[in-house]
Amino acid sequence: MIARAVTHALVGLEPRRVEVEAHVELGAPKFAIVGLADRACQEAKERVRSGIESAELDWPGNRIIVNLAPADLRKEGPGFDLPIALALIAASGQIPIGCLAGHSAVGELALDGRLRPVPGSLVAAEGARRNGSHRLVCAAESGPEVALAGIEPIPVRHLSEAVAYFRGHGDPPAPAAASSADRSPVPPDLADVRGQERARRVLEIAAAGGHNLLLAGPPGIGKTMLARRLPGILPTLDDSAALEVTRIHSIAGVLDPGAGLIRTPPFRAPHHTASAAAIVGGGSNPRPGEATLAHRGVLLLDEMPEFARNVLEALRQPLEDGVIAIARVGGRCTFPAKFQLVGTMNLCPCGGRGDAAAGCSCSPQALDRYRDRLSRALLDRFDLVVALPRPRAAELAGAPSEGSPAVRDRVLIARTAIVMRSKMSPEGEELLGRAVERLPLSGRGRAKVARVSRTIAALAGAQSIAAEHVAEALSYRSPAELGR
Amino acid sequence: MSELALAMFAASRDMHATDRESRTARFAAFVASFDDAAELRRLAEGGYSWIGRSEAAFPARLKAIHDPPPGIFLRGAAPDEIFVRPAVAVVGARACSDYGAHVARSLSRELAAAGVVVISGLARGIDGWAHRGCLEAGGETVAVLGCGIDRDYPRAHAALAREIGERGLLVAEYPPGVAPAPWRFPARNRIVAGLALATVVVEARERSGALITADLALEEGREVLAVPGEITSALSQGANALLRLGATPVTCAADVLEAIGIEPPTSEPQGPAAGSAAAIVLAGIEAGASTVDQIARATGLTPGEAAGALVELELDGRVEVRAGIYRR
Repeated sequence: MIARAVTHALVGLEPRRVEVEAHVELGAPKFAIVGLADRACQEAKERVRSGIESAELDWPGNRIIVNLAPADLRKEGPGFDLPIALALIAASGQIPIGCLAGHSAVGELALDGRLRPVPGSLVAAEGARRNGSHRLVCAAESGPEVALAGIEPIPVRHLSEAVAYFRGHGDPPAPAAASSADRSPVPPDLADVRGQERARRVLEIAAAGGHNLLLAGPPGIGKTMLARRLPGILPTLDDSAALEVTRIHSIAGVLDPGAGLIRTPPFRAPHHTASAAAIVGGGSNPRPGEATLAHRGVLLLDEMPEFARNVLEALRQPLEDGVIAIARVGGRCTFPAKFQLVGTMNLCPCGGRGDAAAGCSCSPQALDRYRDRLSRALLDRFDLVVALPRPRAAELAGAPSEGSPAVRDRVLIARTAIVMRSKMSPEGEELLGRAVERLPLSGRGRAKVARVSRTIAALAGAQSIAAEHVAEALSYRSPAELGR
Repeated sequence: MSELALAMFAASRDMHATDRESRTARFAAFVASFDDAAELRRLAEGGYSWIGRSEAAFPARLKAIHDPPPGIFLRGAAPDEIFVRPAVAVVGARACSDYGAHVARSLSRELAAAGVVVISGLARGIDGWAHRGCLEAGGETVAVLGCGIDRDYPRAHAALAREIGERGLLVAEYPPGVAPAPWRFPARNRIVAGLALATVVVEARERSGALITADLALEEGREVLAVPGEITSALSQGANALLRLGATPVTCAADVLEAIGIEPPTSEPQGPAAGSAAAIVLAGIEAGASTVDQIARATGLTPGEAAGALVELELDGRVEVRAGIYRR
């Protein structure tokens, strides 16, 4: 007998419908899976067999062929365990043969028949809905995630529960309430940062305008601490953005089960030893990298000059286009990667520059080499570049600082104001012209200053961009120390 | 035998023959086959010119030193009259501090504003900042190279060299193609000192090329000045040692102008309007605040306002920023 179950494979970020056909016939006992299944998928044989026996069902001791169609699509991972098991149980007549219609399934089986959640359940659920399934059988933990896609989940803890459901014994277990509330961890608060008023100000501007930000200064002054507080002052994600981010995190397997939709902009801080593939994504069946995980959030490159040159250069495309196109022999795919980049660095290799007490002992050649690690093209992508000298101890002993919620309120107001695109005042235009004449400021640099001054004007609630806004924006241009 | 042939031979490989006879013979052969007109044409095609020592255009001050070069190769837009104008050499350490860079730059700026030509060696550090300061004030500056006239050394200063050439001059005693070598730089320094009426040492270690320039200037009876530095810093030892030996201390550009007999420009440039944010910020810096946060605290402005006011002051050349630290 032949039975069919439906599931979905991931190609990049997209679900592709896969039919699982099980054929049980008389013949010498044999169990084969065909249809370009990878190692983890081939090993489903052992898990499915053990799982079916643990669920006190009969293992059809005949010739069993499982076909995963379309046959030319590579199938990866353990998510096919459940659909294979269901198709087999149906093909051996242990559940009514037509009952799988309208259902899709995804999940990994444990040897004792329990179900384990798999990454990408949300995407599989979206695919199921689009392809006309009404219900998706999945692991209990994946229930809330599946519900986000707008399809009814049949969350089961054990294979026997799924079988009971298909036999019509007992209602489908009540799906956990589809939670669209954000239960992801709260980002750290700006109130923890003492002193550093200039840095706080520039963080606010970065949040309001979505500008990329580079913080340069001696070690230990709180550059990383500040950068980690950026997501907390960004507006929360709207529905479509939240779904998009949740989908990406689901595929990458970094989604907290039961966390619901991700509403807080994501924050990713890869270590500087990360490879280009880890940052922008890669692999023969491409998987998203850190840049895509930071989509609609913040990507922090701590100690930026320590990153490999090819890694930094690989980021230029997503910074420009907001997407990463990965071409492989097997095909190409596109990952979204619209993130806000925050970099931190020292002002020189020894770290003493900007520190009145330590002083710098670097040779001019060592300084040049350090600067050369960041290409001009990459430096140009930062609208805001701030040199932060080490504060005196007394500056840190002030009153508690303003917390993130208050700052975020201002950011939200400014974001709506920026949309109205305020005009440059003649005084602002004049100052900008004078700066281009006097300072080493390129055409691109001028455009950056104009962008930042618009944000500053919006934060100030001004109708037009005044000279004082341009002047402040000019103070965030690349300092000479980083230029060439 | 022409001076050009001498300069060309001096820079050629044949100069380094070990035995005397052979060198003399090689020189005779070199001169015999040397075609002045063709060589000058080739130089002109490359955009370079040549002044022999015996020519009237040869800088008189350089001619007066005890071993002037046979002639100099030139590159740049400035007319030869630039050598007649009052000139000051500003030299110092390559690995300079932010303070040294600031002093070299602002000193050169003010000297240029008073109509003085700033001469230096295009090296990293103080030399580079001296050239830049002069250019910023719209002045003309002369860079003396320790390599062939066609080279920009160090390469990091290629853009600066181009800018110098647009208004000022690059000078070398070596023809195109000569590579920089350690022993060429002290020789270059005698031209730096020779072209200038006075030499200012901004920052120098105990054994520094800048001190060679100062020694050469002293030997020629030119004025030597030094900028006092911190007594605890190795970078200041050379300059402070010069002061102990009797060099004139430099506390402002007027000190230098006085040493070469030029009346400093009396009209003090207009300060920022009293009560404006810029004036308040300037007062804050004078009171010892040096970062935006410190200035904001001292003046009661927001960090944004303080940063804006600082940019205005920076554009007017009243403050300078390095690594986030502001100085007057």
